[in-house]
Amino acid sequence: MSILLEKNTRVLVQGITGKEGAFHTDQMLTYGTQVVGGISPGKGGTQTPKGLPVFDTVNQGVKATGATASIIFVPPQMAADTILEAIDAGLDLVVCISEGIPTFDMLKVSSVLEHSGTRLIGPNCPGLISPGKSKLGIMPGFIFKEGCVGIISRSGTLTYEAAYQITNLNLGQSTCIGIGGDPIVGTNFIDLLRLFEKDEQTKAVVLIGEIGGTAEEEAADHVSQGYSKPVVAFVAGHTAPPGRRMGHAGAIIAGGRGTAQEKITALQKAGIIVTLNPAEIGATVATVLK
Amino acid sequence: MKIHEYQAKEIFSRFGVAIPKGMPAFSAEEALTACDYIGFPCVIKAQIHAGGRGKGGGIRLVHNQDEARQNIEELLTRPLVTVQTGAAGKKVTRLLIEQSVQISREFYVGITIDRSRARQVLMVAQEGGVEIENVARTHPAAIAKMYALPGFGLQNFQFRQAASILGLTGEAYKKALKLFGSLYNVFRRTDAALVEVNPLVLTADGNLVALDAKLNFDDNALYRHADYQNLRDISEEDPDEVEAAKQGLNYIRLTGNVGCMVNGAGLAMATMDIIKHFGGEPANFLDVGGVASASTIASGFRILLADPHVKAVLVNIFGGIVRCDRVATGIVEALKTIELKVPLVIRLEGTNAIIARQYLAQTGLPFAVATDFADAARKVVKAVQGC
Repeated sequence: MSILLEKNTRVLVQGITGKEGAFHTDQMLTYGTQVVGGISPGKGGTQTPKGLPVFDTVNQGVKATGATASIIFVPPQMAADTILEAIDAGLDLVVCISEGIPTFDMLKVSSVLEHSGTRLIGPNCPGLISPGKSKLGIMPGFIFKEGCVGIISRSGTLTYEAAYQITNLNLGQSTCIGIGGDPIVGTNFIDLLRLFEKDEQTKAVVLIGEIGGTAEEEAADHVSQGYSKPVVAFVAGHTAPPGRRMGHAGAIIAGGRGTAQEKITALQKAGIIVTLNPAEIGATVATVLK
Repeated sequence: MKIHEYQAKEIFSRFGVAIPKGMPAFSAEEALTACDYIGFPCVIKAQIHAGGRGKGGGIRLVHNQDEARQNIEELLTRPLVTVQTGAAGKKVTRLLIEQSVQISREFYVGITIDRSRARQVLMVAQEGGVEIENVARTHPAAIAKMYALPGFGLQNFQFRQAASILGLTGEAYKKALKLFGSLYNVFRRTDAALVEVNPLVLTADGNLVALDAKLNFDDNALYRHADYQNLRDISEEDPDEVEAAKQGLNYIRLTGNVGCMVNGAGLAMATMDIIKHFGGEPANFLDVGGVASASTIASGFRILLADPHVKAVLVNIFGGIVRCDRVATGIVEALKTIELKVPLVIRLEGTNAIIARQYLAQTGLPFAVATDFADAARKVVKAVQGC
């Protein structure tokens, strides 16, 4: 098994007729994802060029297709509302790729999410992939390989780098999740650490953190209370200056807090093996799996 | 987005927050006139975005015209150095002239968003006017935090709690409730990332006045507030970073000498880190984003090479949806229009990387092609050390 996403997970694409939505729908279909339709308000009743049904609302899409997951490609101005619609439709898993959602809008989403049965990944993330089974995201499929390492990351291309190193060492991944680079995200390290702990396919977990916030410290605290699988970590932004947003909205050392060093110290104290060299993430996992 | 104190105070005032009588000034002459208008003694406050102005000598109490003239002259001619500006300091072009206030007590009040709890939070402390970051580190218990109810925001009972924690009674207590309400309205209506009053003062005559004001906006929400564009002070920003942003690039200048150009923010930070790991110093953060076309690559090179400290450049691209062969073509195209005077190391991985590397090798152009991430970092650091 992998976590969250399986071969038969049925997926709706919210924003399927937009440029990005259309492109990545094709990419996901090629990878083998069970994309069963999409949402594009005002275009309900039509079909995509590949023959997928288009619906006006998520509710209609769920009723017609039995989908349990969705992926969102809509402009940031309407993304939060789109997430709320997906939660309201009772989907189990929602991935939001959109970048640039106002924090206030995410506060609203977060308060609704708490009392729902939906798991939100992102926003501002590459999505997730269970290699060899399904991908619900924008990552290039060929750098992944089915295997035993779970990856949880706040970044996009750095996740590709880590996954590729692991693939080249012939270890492969169970599921890789980019949780997103925003200050407020739907799913944090701890939720996924719990899922990976229960997953039989996963033998080790890689955490890829970065400066800003306290998500890494909270993950460290969770692991220090006892975790049955080895955890390897890298924290990006050792050389980042304070007070500057490093690309991601959430990657900022504010008021002297959220530095890479603080995070690394917390992770190490929890017994997590931290590599300072991002080119050795794969090799470090290989060592702990021996 | 950050704005100046005088701009924040103007907004605070619109929402009913009491502020000292004051006037902004953009020249020495205007400042002198403002002093006369406000009356002596008055306070002259340098308007820069960096904090630590008080200790850095950016806030001056003056008692007469002569003192005013001398202090205005000093503030407008010498760069202001504070703990947050760096050693070079910051040139001051705007001043705020304010009436001097008789302080009885000083407090700290802030409203922001707690990331891990995904809640708005009201923070108050009995000790104001000090560096709150230091208090947070050394005496975290001294800062009381009231977390908003999810979906419903901060409530009146939380304002009462806060006023009580500050030890206010009678009229001052009532004024505090009104003030917290006003500050919270500022926070919500402006889509703020931070509202801060440090210090909030209880004056000798019993008023609660925002002596300082900080208001940072959520960049992602600026599209909802077109009028805030007028509040932006470009002179507070690095001109290269502003130029890069116009090209759709995310650039931040650092102090090292190894320039780097990367796709993706996380990988860009990791590239800076690996340069340091192998003994070099990164000159910048540069994320070219998801679409690394010939023109974005060319813009990236121009910005990197405009920094005289850059002694070598590393291009690190992990192609996903972006195809490496296209990126390689982009690099070669860009190098036709740009004179490259420093060593260049290129690492391309991911989609079509092999074709791209073969293509680059054939061009005969003077750059080194790296085989992997570590090799790239080693090569570029060696190139710099060889200079």
